[in-house]
Amino acid sequence: MRPLTDEETKTMFEKLSKYIGENIKLLIDRPDGTYCFRLHNDRVYYMSEKILKLATNISRDKLVSVGTCFGKFTKTQKFRLHITALDFLAPYAKFKVWVKPGSEQSFLYGNHVMKSGLGRITENTAQYQGVVVYSMADVPLGFGVAAKTTQECRKVDPMSIVVFHQADIGEYIRSEDTLT
Amino acid sequence: MGRKLDPTVKVKRGPGRKARKQKGAETELSKFLVDDDGPKKLSSRSRKRYLLPIERAARKQKKQTSKKPGSDDDEDEDEEEEDDDDEEDEKDDLKEDEEEEEDTVQANFDETETFKLPAAADRAKEGLLQMDLQTIHQRIRDNVDVLSHFSEKREEGKERSEYLSLLRSDLCTYYSYNEFLISKLMDIFPVSELIDFLEANEIQRPVTIRTNTLKTRRRDLAQALINRGVNLDPLGKWSKVGLVIYDSSVPIGATPEYLSGQYMLQGASSFLPVMALSPQEGESVLDMSAAPGGKTTYMAQLMRNTGMIVANDANADRLKSVVGNIHRLGVTNAVICNYDGRQFPKVMGGFDRVLLDAPCSGTGVISKDPGVKTGKDEADVLRSAHLQKELILSAIDSVNADSPTGGYLVYCTCSIMVEENEWVVDYALKKRNVKLVPTGLDFGKEGFIRFKERRFHPSLKLSRRFYPHSQNMDGFFVAKLKKLSNTIPTQQKPASTPEKSNMGKKQKLKPEKSETPIITKKAGVKSENKKSDGPKKAKIAKLDGETSKKSAKPNKKQKVKELNGDSTKEVVIEKKKGSQFEKNNKTKNKNLLKKNKNRMGKNKFKKLKNMVGQ
Repeated sequence: MRPLTDEETKTMFEKLSKYIGENIKLLIDRPDGTYCFRLHNDRVYYMSEKILKLATNISRDKLVSVGTCFGKFTKTQKFRLHITALDFLAPYAKFKVWVKPGSEQSFLYGNHVMKSGLGRITENTAQYQGVVVYSMADVPLGFGVAAKTTQECRKVDPMSIVVFHQADIGEYIRSEDTLT
Repeated sequence: MGRKLDPTVKVKRGPGRKARKQKGAETELSKFLVDDDGPKKLSSRSRKRYLLPIERAARKQKKQTSKKPGSDDDEDEDEEEEDDDDEEDEKDDLKEDEEEEEDTVQANFDETETFKLPAAADRAKEGLLQMDLQTIHQRIRDNVDVLSHFSEKREEGKERSEYLSLLRSDLCTYYSYNEFLISKLMDIFPVSELIDFLEANEIQRPVTIRTNTLKTRRRDLAQALINRGVNLDPLGKWSKVGLVIYDSSVPIGATPEYLSGQYMLQGASSFLPVMALSPQEGESVLDMSAAPGGKTTYMAQLMRNTGMIVANDANADRLKSVVGNIHRLGVTNAVICNYDGRQFPKVMGGFDRVLLDAPCSGTGVISKDPGVKTGKDEADVLRSAHLQKELILSAIDSVNADSPTGGYLVYCTCSIMVEENEWVVDYALKKRNVKLVPTGLDFGKEGFIRFKERRFHPSLKLSRRFYPHSQNMDGFFVAKLKKLSNTIPTQQKPASTPEKSNMGKKQKLKPEKSETPIITKKAGVKSENKKSDGPKKAKIAKLDGETSKKSAKPNKKQKVKELNGDSTKEVVIEKKKGSQFEKNNKTKNKNLLKKNKNRMGKNKFKKLKNMVGQ
């Protein structure tokens, strides 16, 4: 387990800021203590400093996970955000999309969101902006990228894609193995 | 019922034909029924006991039709009698028999009450004949009935053990268990409860879920699930977060609520050890055998994501489910690692609370895994017990007794075997400074204090056993221990083992000392202690032999020097260990021994004689 290098930190924060903007500092300075990011086996883990101290006692090959896994760095050093980070993205999300109950299941199976399934969308969403997807009951379902701006969404036909799927909570069942 | 068995017989059709009730299969059967063909070749009297209910009814029918042909009253009577219990049928049968046969009333009365044991020859034949399950089931029921009222219902000359052995083989056949497991179960349960237990293992326990209070409340979750079409109820007044699912139109393990981590599928019995442990906010907790993560996440929700939980499991594949569940339920204070539980105090120690859900033989969860019925035998149970003893000692060593809020360990298994439950806890009580405390669970059966030839510490009463047939949850055992001090005790209890009291004073010190260095190296290695006793015993025996024979002094000198040599070795080993752990009384022993050693040279014969004479 090691701290992130500057390069890695930059890449990761860029990715995160696509979804939560400048709220990243809220992730680090929290009222209940300082939290930090650490790298272990190419995965980025988010944990409080207290847990960090105790986790250093565990040897590297035996350590499986600490705190919350945010995502991993691929072989070409790109950062991929995992669904496990949803709990931290959702409260600070800047652009949100609400999905109708009928197409909830479709999104949870890994499909993109179509105009027919779109319930609500925040104003002034830019194209290719990172968005967090919610159900109508305000339960976060996952996140993705807006395929169209809010204006375009109003005009476009019902079968076209409005949100590209990136991660959804259905992955807890579909790809349980890749979480570790 | 009512289907024609013999199509050549034509019943007249006409108005009012259906007004008369259909006669049923007994009428047809009675034509075919021959008295000589019983399922077993037994005396004519006891043959009647083995008839299926329908055959009995047919026989009755036959007799009645032969006496009073075809009146409606008789038919109604028949149906009433058919509806009655078997016992009443037997009694009616009996009355008819009395009229027909010229036996004494006394003999007939005995006959209805006695369940006759088949002779050994008949039982051997059974192995070859295909016994149908219904007959076996009836026989089991009758046998249990006899055993419950043994003095009244027993057959003359037949021992209880014969009834029991017949019952054992019948249960093995009917419920598909192996001999070993049935014998064990017969030791634990009284016969009537045994049947309930075996029946309960055939059906699944109800599906239960636990609300994740980090994300939602039970009320809101119940409402959301009901809206999806799930039929549920609160689990019971002992749990504020449990819900039992009766049926559901959607898969419970795949609802959006499940995926967003609002609840977790968990057996009701798995709630209990965490409730007993009750971790507080800000504590550090260890879960030694965490997979698949249900108890770990429950602990985290009780701690409100504060403090720290270390979730450990020896199996790396199963750890993936722990990771998944922890992330899904939004637990942020967990560290997951993959150690063998026995390594634990070395990796990290000083936890406030520890939960050990030890790997076991699984005899409490037979309804989930029927393979246990035939797959487990003596060696499996003993192997599990050995591992559990090692684990519980490691667990105890990982608790910090001086913790301001804690110092507790909960040991639990999903097994009902005494070897894996009370025996292991009793072992821990002997080896460490711990004591049992109430679990806080006010239901369930108390743990055993004695079992067959074993006697356990009376505080074992505070542990709890749960059974599928009485609490409607998987078989479980929970014990809560409090650690009294961080020092590891030396074995200086005078009544510890009977073998030691036979040895001389000097020898008494040695095995104790030899045990403690071994204990500090590896937790719970009983076998090695026994090994050390063996050669010493032999030496003592030799010594005894020599003193009684009054052999030459130089031999004794040698022996004594050997013993002294050993003791010095042990003193040295113990010195090294002594520095790591606090042992106040070690120095005392060392000094004593040295004194003895010095005196040996001067007056060894008398000294030896005195010691051995004790």
